[in-house]
Amino acid sequence: MDIEGLLQIAKEERDRQKSIRIRCCTSGGCQASGSLEVRDRLEAAIQTEGLTDTAEVVSVGCMGFCGRGPLVAIDSARVLYEKVEPHQADSIVSGLKGGHVAATVGDLEHPFFKQQLRIVLEHIGQIDPTRIESYIAVGGYRQLYRTLHEMTPQQVIDEVTRSGLRGRGGAGYPTGLKWATVAKMQDRRRNQPQNQTQQKYVICNADEGDPGAFMDRSILESDPHRVLEGMAIAAYAVGANHGYVYVRAEYPPAIEHIRLAIQQAKQHGILGSQIFESTFDFKIDVRVGAGAYVCGEETALIASIEGGRGIPHPRPPYPAESGLWGAPTLINNVETFANIVPIIRNRGAWYASIGTEKSKGTKVFSLAGNIANTGLVEVPMGIPLRQIVEDMGGGAASGGKVKAVQTGGPSGGCIPASAFDTPVDYEAMQALGSIIGSGGMVVMDESTNMVDMARFFIQFCMDESCGKCIPCRAGTVQLEHLLTKFVEHKATESDLASLEELCGMVKSMSLCGLGQSAPNPILSTLRHFRDDYIKLITNS
Amino acid sequence: MQPPPLPELKQGLETEDSSLDSRYHALDLTISQNRHRQDALIEVLHKAQERFGYLEKEVLTYIARQLKLPLSRVYGVATFYHLFSIHPKCKHTCSICLGTACYTRGGKALLDILTRELHLKAGKRSPHDKVFIRVERCIGNCGVAPAAIYDGHVSRQQTPAQVLEKVKSWLEEP
Repeated sequence: MDIEGLLQIAKEERDRQKSIRIRCCTSGGCQASGSLEVRDRLEAAIQTEGLTDTAEVVSVGCMGFCGRGPLVAIDSARVLYEKVEPHQADSIVSGLKGGHVAATVGDLEHPFFKQQLRIVLEHIGQIDPTRIESYIAVGGYRQLYRTLHEMTPQQVIDEVTRSGLRGRGGAGYPTGLKWATVAKMQDRRRNQPQNQTQQKYVICNADEGDPGAFMDRSILESDPHRVLEGMAIAAYAVGANHGYVYVRAEYPPAIEHIRLAIQQAKQHGILGSQIFESTFDFKIDVRVGAGAYVCGEETALIASIEGGRGIPHPRPPYPAESGLWGAPTLINNVETFANIVPIIRNRGAWYASIGTEKSKGTKVFSLAGNIANTGLVEVPMGIPLRQIVEDMGGGAASGGKVKAVQTGGPSGGCIPASAFDTPVDYEAMQALGSIIGSGGMVVMDESTNMVDMARFFIQFCMDESCGKCIPCRAGTVQLEHLLTKFVEHKATESDLASLEELCGMVKSMSLCGLGQSAPNPILSTLRHFRDDYIKLITNS
Repeated sequence: MQPPPLPELKQGLETEDSSLDSRYHALDLTISQNRHRQDALIEVLHKAQERFGYLEKEVLTYIARQLKLPLSRVYGVATFYHLFSIHPKCKHTCSICLGTACYTRGGKALLDILTRELHLKAGKRSPHDKVFIRVERCIGNCGVAPAAIYDGHVSRQQTPAQVLEKVKSWLEEP
């Protein structure tokens, strides 16, 4: 296929679309609220109203406002319906002719929508993720075409470096630098003939294990081709011809959509050999996890793709040097790959103009927990935390005051309400003892017992520790014992001292990121909510 | 790239015959589609669990032989990952999500009521293997917290009473 072919598909798709598009969210959260039935009822209503020539129902991915699902939107009328019940479907369709609509109308001017800057999520909730044509119609795969025909691999890397994009999986490592490292890797294995092409791999880490984070699930479910295009551009840049998407088994719709997307891309000659009639070959396989949090750690993930237990190994060597089957491997997470297409389209300098000095671009956050507006928001880096939690999120769901926000999952920490004026960027969050992590934000109100929360996270890490190194395997158990003493009002002053000492030990001695960051929730609650611990110390 | 499945084998799959032979047949198909590659072990185990319901010793031994892997390695992988089970399945599974969002929204109460009223514990089976109670660590549907998953179907904003009623109805099934 060439560029004319792409444009032709896009044109046909646009011609095919009816003038009235009723978008119905069929992503995870809305599905649990019964959106599939709503969709079927909408389709039936269009039939009975005789509107089949002008109106259609489109199953789209996540529209963001997950707490108010199922969501239904009508573009031509610029209207969004919230919490749609199946029986309201008929009235929504008859409303197209001017009838009364029984469903609740959502506020599109709400800060939740207005204050977002959607780059990664630009097409999410707009397109049908099960049809490649829908993605091509919004300009999909054109950047891959342009990359293969107009750019050298070095130019691609330069563009990504210039953008200042940092890994969105947690550590925030500069993406351009990682790509450059993999690109220049030579085969270091012995007995390799000179000048032979080096086998390299590109892995998309979709093992989104952090509880409270669901942006990667939404992206994969709602715009899988965007991730594939990003991976293909990355593979071209670093010189890889084989990629893997490692998805959690807990996300069946995401697995289904990414598999379907790969199949469609292959049929259209966008994946496979000689992509867009260039010399570039790239194939992608899906690997499904089996429920192990530690597999989000890159070396453990590689061990899992190789068919073994998900046990990490010490770095260096980093995967960029010796990764999957010993070959240089580029490993980025879903959101990072989803950022590549706009960076190539609008140039790195454009991306770098968004955000703060060291944290560029936008970040997708998932708001959850005790918050009024649960859902996904994409905001520029550097906006104050308060704006996200209070303006967009609407504060605590219970109506009370927000006590803290937990960011970064079990590797992160709790940020107290007093620090909500901090801008969200990698460095500022780290200074508060937390991390941006994958972008989960769980809001807690004043009734929350912070010691109990810390124990919750350490129990999580205790269950998920792979058992390879002792500080993590035994340390998390001891930390849990100590915290249980606090929760049960049996702790003493000396327990507080040993808790702090043990946290330091586990943090500095563990092998991989899981153990090194396991004490973070305790350390950050000790730092910001020490009184909660003191209150629980027994006086006897 | 996976070789296309042979047409006659594919037919065998579609008939949904649950006899032992067809299940091994499906397993063989997955193994050969992956060209007996040892790194496909997890894929093969997924398929085995899907077809057999759980990973019994005979199946693990069979997979080890087919992939030319030591049984210890196969067993190690099968027991490392939470989603693989080496015990037979119960008739129903009730999973309570205890991700952070569900936990802060009262997910723990959903589990506690089952322990208090029905003496069922997480990771344990009910008498007569009717219900298995699982704890999930975030299923990514934080918008509908606290969530419970009944036999794979996610239900939104559950109350302890709803969970109790559902599990009770399963226990009372003949």
